Amino acid sequence: MTIPANCRPSQGDAPAFPVTTLPARGGVGLKPEHFREILDTAPDVGFFEVHAENYMVDGGPFHHYLGRIRQRHPISIHGVGLSIGGEEPLDAAHLDRLAALLARYQPESFSEHLAWSSHGGVYLNDLLPAPYHVGTLARVCAHIDHVQERLQRRMLLENPATYVEFAASTMAETDFIGEVVRRTGCGLLLDVNNVHVASVNHNRDPRAYIRALPLKAVGQIHLAGFARDIDAAGDPLLIDSHDAPVAQVVWDLYAFALDLLGPLPTLIERDGDIPVFPVLLAEAQRADRIMRQQLAATAPAEACA
Amino acid sequence: MSAQRHFAEAVLAAEPLCPPGLMAWNGSDPARRFAVYRNNVMVSLIDALADSYPVTQDLVGEEFFRAMARLFVRTHPPRSPVLALYGAGLAEFIEGFAPAAVLPYLADVARLEMLRVQAWHAADAAPLGLADFAALLENAPALAATGFDLHPSLAVLRSAHAVVSLWAAHQAQDGTPDLTAVDPALPESALVLRIGIDVEIRRIPCATAQFILHLQQGLAFGAAAQFALDTEPAFDLPAVLGMLICGGAIINLCQPRREPA
Repeated sequence: MTIPANCRPSQGDAPAFPVTTLPARGGVGLKPEHFREILDTAPDVGFFEVHAENYMVDGGPFHHYLGRIRQRHPISIHGVGLSIGGEEPLDAAHLDRLAALLARYQPESFSEHLAWSSHGGVYLNDLLPAPYHVGTLARVCAHIDHVQERLQRRMLLENPATYVEFAASTMAETDFIGEVVRRTGCGLLLDVNNVHVASVNHNRDPRAYIRALPLKAVGQIHLAGFARDIDAAGDPLLIDSHDAPVAQVVWDLYAFALDLLGPLPTLIERDGDIPVFPVLLAEAQRADRIMRQQLAATAPAEACA
Repeated sequence: MSAQRHFAEAVLAAEPLCPPGLMAWNGSDPARRFAVYRNNVMVSLIDALADSYPVTQDLVGEEFFRAMARLFVRTHPPRSPVLALYGAGLAEFIEGFAPAAVLPYLADVARLEMLRVQAWHAADAAPLGLADFAALLENAPALAATGFDLHPSLAVLRSAHAVVSLWAAHQAQDGTPDLTAVDPALPESALVLRIGIDVEIRRIPCATAQFILHLQQGLAFGAAAQFALDTEPAFDLPAVLGMLICGGAIINLCQPRREPA
């Protein structure tokens, strides 16, 4: 089998259909503040990503703009509300809304989080952590099976940024994710900022963490900015705030990951303190440059056909 | 009780609680770390309310609004991951919130702002144009007997307070509302309607508000008009019909769904 030089590594034992068909380029999170400018300027960007829940409305400007932008650009849909790590069954109505949204926009990629956000009928609007043990593993796998069956597509699961650990955990996060990927066939969305944040917060080696993941399953990368806090002992506690530019330490970790993975669709996430669009576009272009450099450095070994 | 139930209750608790079973690599008190989740949830939901209710916030000031919103979030947390319409119960909450009682119009301003958000996200529907009415306007009995399906974004608010004037005064581009000409105690009615992708809020006379509400409830055009004329002999039916047609408020002609009461 000949693998094109500009293609990411094959999916190994994963199911034959691809988990994402996004281009291996920098993409930008789509913000309403930028709708008009994006339509007016048709920027050269790899893709746009939207949060699924923001577009689960009947009509109006959000669908007006996303429909038009989608005609020109690849898009990925990123869910934040499925509560895949939840103790309760998935919300069937929410899954129906998601299926309708994916049917409408036919995104090149769909992803969700290894986290929970709903319990007892209340939605907490944050990505909350779960202990890593066989009980959580069985639930998360059952939920991902349910999602992939309902949506009739593979999903990407994002590694979390967490602030606490659980006494009840019996597995490392990377082993847990590896087992989820093995059992469900889902892909992995490698959030490099989350790796950095969680590694600082839990005193882990981020490079060892990345090496321990099921890297063949990675279909997309997220980059974002974080905020700094401290814990009760005065040790650094990083917050996955998405309200700042991507930090240099995260760019470095990204380059490290690309050396292992090859080029991958890479999203610049920004959800707070949103700058003008060219600022985000420049970060996406920086990801493009790093991918090109990485490709150039490894091209001889790829034996381009 | 399940672990996630402990966790969820501690996230929303008024007092800083920490659920059992949490730990940190350095043995530090996990409550400090858990507070990040409490803060993320609370701040993001208060921010969501502030986005939906900017004039309500302006009227009471940011500090008051955020303290009130914090109480609202605790007692009315979201029931759905779709937050676009979160906080629809804020107006009712304000009516029972004693510290806001000095601003009797505040709840209706919040009502108006939520109608605006709902109009923003309401379903799309192609309106009828003037040409679609040409035959009907020539045939008075047929016009009187027809009902209208109105645009999904359309809403009418009737208030004992000057809600539209208060809202409009806070739309100044430079951010400093001019309230000198506004008497909050004067009753006003609002028409909320999305035209294309822009939501418009306009002040309408009381009889017009009643007329549109009757149409929305399924009364025939003639019966709705008669009610309005009985209330207000100066009711300008052609002008109101023109406003509705030109604003794209009518999306279908239909059989009346209701008889006059």
